Amino acid sequence: MTDIAIHVKDLRKSFKATEVLKGVDFEVRRGEIFALLGSNGAGKTTTINILSTLLKPDDGSASVCGFDVGRQSEKVRESISLTGQFAAVDGILTGRENLVLIAKLRGVADAHKTADALLSRFGLSDAAKRRADTYSGGMARRLDIAMSLVGTPAVIFLDEPTTGLDPEGRLEVWKTAKDLADRGTTILLTTQNLEEAEQLADRIAILHGGKIIASGTLDELKKLFPPAKVEYIEKQPSLEEIFLAIVGQKEASK
Amino acid sequence: MKVLRDTSILFGRSMRHILRSPDTIITVAIMPIMFMLLFVYVFGGAIQTGARNYVNYLLPGILLIAIASGIAYTAFRLFTDRQKGLFARFHSMPVARSSVLWAHVLTSLVSNAISVVVIILVALIMGFRSSAGVLAWLAVAGILVLFTLALTWLAVIPGLTAKTVEGASAFSYPLIFLPFISSAFVPTATMPTVVRAFAENQPVTSIINTVRSLLNSEPVGNEIWIALAWCVGIAIVTYFFAMRAYKQTA
Repeated sequence: MTDIAIHVKDLRKSFKATEVLKGVDFEVRRGEIFALLGSNGAGKTTTINILSTLLKPDDGSASVCGFDVGRQSEKVRESISLTGQFAAVDGILTGRENLVLIAKLRGVADAHKTADALLSRFGLSDAAKRRADTYSGGMARRLDIAMSLVGTPAVIFLDEPTTGLDPEGRLEVWKTAKDLADRGTTILLTTQNLEEAEQLADRIAILHGGKIIASGTLDELKKLFPPAKVEYIEKQPSLEEIFLAIVGQKEASK
Repeated sequence: MKVLRDTSILFGRSMRHILRSPDTIITVAIMPIMFMLLFVYVFGGAIQTGARNYVNYLLPGILLIAIASGIAYTAFRLFTDRQKGLFARFHSMPVARSSVLWAHVLTSLVSNAISVVVIILVALIMGFRSSAGVLAWLAVAGILVLFTLALTWLAVIPGLTAKTVEGASAFSYPLIFLPFISSAFVPTATMPTVVRAFAENQPVTSIINTVRSLLNSEPVGNEIWIALAWCVGIAIVTYFFAMRAYKQTA
């Protein structure tokens, strides 16, 4: 067992004439949260899709838990879970049925017990018998992440997990991600939200124009870039803090 | 074995979709039933088919219309799964890749079979009677399954490649209307030459004639081979393109 959970070397991928990945290199250590930061179209999802065996790279190598994504894709699929950009839940099934389905497909010994445990862990027990398409965005995302945890995969890919969520939903996802990492799961996170990377990631890599242009811990990155460069940060307005404070007070006074 | 296990789990899932939204089956059955009522009780009296029982004459065409509209839902279910990222989820799991598609194909066969049975029951109430024996009924079932399979593989292509929901199901409209220019409602002999040439040589006519002959215990002649050739031919070609589209699906 090495210390490296994900190894990506000189990864290249083109779609027709568009070169999306132009030689991407990075390594993710076991048990850390690694953020792949980049704007829209930077190639974050392409990278995740290659690592989760959905896409074949044109060149370069990628391995997860020591298994090559091309040659040992079945082994890779046993070690990972993908949480894509949109909550991939079956809206017609109930929350519980969604979890049982995944547990059965993963061959988990007691699918129903696993489902119930995850429902309570993610605060979905009350909604367990409701169809998933009646869930709020935050709840659907929680169910989505719960589905990814069935069978406790060693590595989880979170592809822009908070896109489209309200501030509370986002905080919920952040808490879940930290929780997972505390339990030893390796997380590869993609985001275009700088605050998210700052909040969650142990290490950050910036993917831009199909290459990793910088990587390291937040402190290391801060040293690389003069503060003036940070002006393009999509900082949430302080209205958010006001909103959360007001909503939080209401919840407390209930 | 893993393929069978995964297929049956995923088949159970999409059958649950159908049982949860019975409108899928009702909508599929209701339009052909309306056509059947319209043709039997409104136009039927004026149509000379040479058959004593017009319901008997009409039923095979009605069943094909039902299947042609039923497969639009197959395309719709595939489209939704792809759109919602469920395909990506299943494909990134240790699940046999072919199972994800075959579960949809099986669901299509079963849900269409249910619609067909519902329509036959309505036809029985309307006076449909068949002198066919068990073997002839099995042959009818076999041809209809083959026809459903051929159209299901066709439906997989837009289901996997369409950009919008409308695009995913629009392909079925021409198929639904194909039986109207065939021997489904009237004998082709009364049609003008060009229309007749089309009607007699398009796939639906040979299938309808074969099913009709089988249900009436009449000799099927060469027609059954033409019908089978069309079904198998369409199934092979569409399967090829469907699998090609599936390979490109993340």
